Amino acid sequence: MKLRFEVSGEDFSLAGRASTELKRALGRLGIDPGAVRRAAVAMYEAEINMVIHAGGGVAEAEILPDRVVLVLADRGPGIPNLELAMREGWSTAADRFRELGFGAGMGLPNMKRNADELRVESSPGSGTTVTMTILLGKGAP
Amino acid sequence: MTVRSIMEILEARLYAGQDTLDLEVNAACGADLMSDVMAFVKEKVVLLTGLVNPQAIRTADLMDIKVIVFVRGKSPTEDLVAMAEENGMVLLGTKYSMFLACGRLYEAGLRGGGVREID
Repeated sequence: MKLRFEVSGEDFSLAGRASTELKRALGRLGIDPGAVRRAAVAMYEAEINMVIHAGGGVAEAEILPDRVVLVLADRGPGIPNLELAMREGWSTAADRFRELGFGAGMGLPNMKRNADELRVESSPGSGTTVTMTILLGKGAP
Repeated sequence: MTVRSIMEILEARLYAGQDTLDLEVNAACGADLMSDVMAFVKEKVVLLTGLVNPQAIRTADLMDIKVIVFVRGKSPTEDLVAMAEENGMVLLGTKYSMFLACGRLYEAGLRGGGVREID
């Protein structure tokens, strides 16, 4: 089963809606709540990043019997220094996003914590693709 | 501690969740940054926050948090109340600051932080 979500970069009030829908869909399939939460949180962080940094993009979730694979692709400016971006507390988010409750510098670290596998492909000017795999039946982190 | 007790202790106003005042929570988390909530919260907590926007509700929903208290006299808009009702959440508002709201709950016996170990 594959789900596809268009993530708007225009309207911040919608940011996170795709992840909420993913959570509902996984819950309906009877997947264990720990794995559902990990998938939803990992996707939420990636979705918010896409809105904050890249003006939106496309999020896809492939639900397989033993895992969920999330792919979030944008055509934003890319991540200049991935090592720094992975560091807890490091953020380049604009102040206006901090006022909205984000930009804590916990996005990528949170994705890493919740996903069993995280791959970030990014180069300046050509956007970022985040691929995350969540193994089912493993429970909470 | 029940939602009803939290309401009394914080002299809070109820915006959503009239039917779940007997719901029990045993830990609390105070945060304005939602990524911190997602990074550290482990248990089902009551979330105290000064952030009043859809992301506060969505974050709580993703983390299976059923009770949100808006501090510093902030109140949710109608669409946030509708979102919370839809998700079966309790929304409260208190005039107390974050520090005082957390302090009052702690003093009343709500001692759990509900977060993972921070190294």
